[in-house]
Amino acid sequence: MDKKNRISSVVFLVFILAISLITGCKSGTKPAKEDEEVKLPENITEIKQDIDQAKTIFNALPSPLESAMLIKSAGAQFNENLLNSVSKQNTYVTSKAMALNLGVYTCDLSFASLYEQTQLLIDYMNAAKKMADGLGILKAIEQEDIDKLEENINNSEVIMDVVSQTFMNSSSYLEDNGQPATAATVLVGGWIEGLYISTQLVDMKEFNGNKLVGRIIDQKLSIDILIDLLNDSKGVPSVDELIVQVTKLKTVFDKIKLTTGNVKTEYDQASNTTLLKSEVTTDMTPEIFLELSKTVAEIRNSFVN
Amino acid sequence: MRLIKTIPVIAILVFALNASADAQCKAFAKKECLPELENYTHDGNYHAAVLVEGEEAELYKTFYSDMEYRVAIVGESKLPAVEFKIMDINKNVLYSNKDHEYASSWDFKLQSSQQLKIVVKVSSFNRPGDTPASGCVAIMFGFKLKK
Repeated sequence: MDKKNRISSVVFLVFILAISLITGCKSGTKPAKEDEEVKLPENITEIKQDIDQAKTIFNALPSPLESAMLIKSAGAQFNENLLNSVSKQNTYVTSKAMALNLGVYTCDLSFASLYEQTQLLIDYMNAAKKMADGLGILKAIEQEDIDKLEENINNSEVIMDVVSQTFMNSSSYLEDNGQPATAATVLVGGWIEGLYISTQLVDMKEFNGNKLVGRIIDQKLSIDILIDLLNDSKGVPSVDELIVQVTKLKTVFDKIKLTTGNVKTEYDQASNTTLLKSEVTTDMTPEIFLELSKTVAEIRNSFVN
Repeated sequence: MRLIKTIPVIAILVFALNASADAQCKAFAKKECLPELENYTHDGNYHAAVLVEGEEAELYKTFYSDMEYRVAIVGESKLPAVEFKIMDINKNVLYSNKDHEYASSWDFKLQSSQQLKIVVKVSSFNRPGDTPASGCVAIMFGFKLKK
């Protein structure tokens, strides 16, 4: 190697080590002195300026558990026929299908758990475990989680904890192991399943003033977040396909009118909670709802079939 | 020549170190942030990143009128104070923990569902010339049905 290349390589090595030092997350118990001993080169001010301008963006969709809770809080009845059958689990063999159906099954199991459908809950937890195992997600759902569910089948608090814990294990594993596209795909699967179940549960004879319809309109607030989340992984073929499908859904959501006034805060000392007060006006005709419902069903069916 | 062979090995090591850092963030989030949710049900979502002094992160999320929420934002102890602001879509600041002694959580409920923006910033020790401190910052949400 000539001298010039050797110098370039040394610079590259120093650069890699510097980046590693800046971004590495060390244990909180490590003494501060160890950090102070490491000095970066003179251009530290420039580095700090760059850091000041840097931004990490998180796009947070409602989790499957939150989606299921919204459906229940709107007073909807449980309908097992709307869930994706666990008998299909062996047909999901591609990473995309397994990721989407990990989200779908997690939403279904959340739905089953909130309506105390105990045997279904275990079946769906096993189906979700199969998807997670297929994606190579280590320790997302372990046998002991399923045993814990069986032992606490009448304790909704423990069940919700297990469900949220297993979902966190899956998403954090994927994020931490450089698979944000798969993590986003799981979230999309769960979100679409929640929307599918909601739209199917609406009784058109009681459309006006239906609380569930209100929750469905609220999902318009998340559609741009969803698209931003997918755009972070644009270029991944399976994600690009999802972007096309979700953009079609956005076109329908765009037909729904939703205007929000200024938000005012009102603090309640007794509960130590702040109420965010605002006026919102919405308008969705039955025709637009049916179009939305049809589009969601098409997308969801493409995920599960 | 040996150096050329060494570089990919070091690059792989650095990648592995960063993956390990992320895994540590998950452990940190579970140990330090999750308990802050107390009697709220964790929604199952996981948001954590290694941030450096002065660095900002933003989070966008829809919150629903049927729920009561708690947002918990915790940084590693070696970091300076972690500031966070909650803003509506018109960028009006609804809450800033700077006005509440850098509280690590905030409880709220909504009259109407809203998309809110959460801006998190690691403040600075203001020690010119020193290596900027870096560490994990975790953001978690808990919910319960509105009473």
